[in-house]
Amino acid sequence: MTLMQEMSQRALDLGVPMSVHFDVTYRCNERCVHCYLDHDDHGEMTTAEIKRVLEELADAGTFFLTFSGGEVLMRRDFFELLEYARRLMFSVRIKTNAVMIREPEAKRMLELGVDQVQVSIYSHRPEVHDAITKLPGSLRRSVEAIRFLTQQGLRVVIANVLMTANMRDSAGVQALARELGVPYTLDPTITPKMDGDTSILNLRIPGAELGGVFHNESLVGNVAEFCAPPPPPDEGVMEGYPCSAAHTLAYISPYGDVFPCVQFPLPSGNVRRQKFIDIWQHSSELNEVRSIRAKDLTVCSSCSHVGTCTRCPGLAYMEGSMRGPSSADCEKSFHRTGIRSANMLRQGDGLSAGRDRSSASGPLIQIQAAVA
Amino acid sequence: MSEKWVTKYIARSSAIASRMLGGEMMIMSAVDSTFFTLNPVASVVWQAADGCTPLSEIVTRNVCHEFEVDPETAYRDVEQFVEELSSYGILLVSEMPFPASATAPTEAA
Repeated sequence: MTLMQEMSQRALDLGVPMSVHFDVTYRCNERCVHCYLDHDDHGEMTTAEIKRVLEELADAGTFFLTFSGGEVLMRRDFFELLEYARRLMFSVRIKTNAVMIREPEAKRMLELGVDQVQVSIYSHRPEVHDAITKLPGSLRRSVEAIRFLTQQGLRVVIANVLMTANMRDSAGVQALARELGVPYTLDPTITPKMDGDTSILNLRIPGAELGGVFHNESLVGNVAEFCAPPPPPDEGVMEGYPCSAAHTLAYISPYGDVFPCVQFPLPSGNVRRQKFIDIWQHSSELNEVRSIRAKDLTVCSSCSHVGTCTRCPGLAYMEGSMRGPSSADCEKSFHRTGIRSANMLRQGDGLSAGRDRSSASGPLIQIQAAVA
Repeated sequence: MSEKWVTKYIARSSAIASRMLGGEMMIMSAVDSTFFTLNPVASVVWQAADGCTPLSEIVTRNVCHEFEVDPETAYRDVEQFVEELSSYGILLVSEMPFPASATAPTEAA
């Protein structure tokens, strides 16, 4: 067990929200075709409100803070918030499209001790990337920004969301990442829009393509090991928690709403009305999420994949039940190992999840390839 | 007591992230993301490293008093701890008090 894993276990044992994902705005200068957010401002928290929440998070024990959006730099006070967060000794990561980052912004991020900047890149080809972001010149601007950031010595990672429009370009983005000297991550997760509109799920890559991703050595390393059949689950697996959501992780929206995770839209309180620690400790919604063990899952507890599946309770919740299966993850386990999930067998068709375009969730994988 | 402690001052670098977790301090270097945890004794020294309190006073007042450790043992352990953290650049050591702007704020327990 690494030191970090030891501290994560301690945070779990003590009920400490060690990591918080904080979207400071939903406004954005890009209009990505797959984005699930409503970019209008419906009353974002003020600078003072966010500073107060940051103080509450520090008091609650939060160590890892991710600032995201929307595009974080759409807030004119972003650097004021960042400076305040660093004064409170958070380890800060930023998720951004980087279009608004030039040398002065990169320098300021370095001065403030930002731990990592994650930049979204969809393709190495401007015609593909810019068509996804609907912002002409955005690939050029984002790549320039990565150079500004790395020249300062900041750690940058490229996040490549995969969808039908760019599913042949992952190798090109990987090569771009190598050229820039930064790590590369791939994520084919497409989620429904916040208003429930599932039309963007048509952008999900087909299951066969997902299988190709899982069997790509440059992405997963040892393919035989990564795609091995799941071992029989033991008692530790069945008594285990599905993920860190609500255990050591929380999500806060620009309007102050608290959720178990950015991908788990279960409203659990609002920091404009309550202190964060009161929501964290007493929210019935968060406590319900915390109560669920693998043995409690209605279908997945009898599935051979239960110990190795990356089942996302948030995606399961969007499908209808936080204790139920996430068909997107069933699809993932199937295309990784070739073994049908209990949910697929129950439905009588091992491939049905791959064809179901009306499903309320998308495949969820996050693979980080090493820098060559 | 070694004379060298009398004139030494220690201060937390501002290029770190830190938080108390279950009585132990977690620290991450913003320079290279190296992750550290400090045991309760080292955490007390870390929290007292305000840049203006002499190290000898920190050892006597915080370590010997709070943990009932004899001075010689305490100084030896603290010396090792200070040298190690200063080698990573997350703890600053000087023979003069630090200006307030050079150090990180105190981390609440």
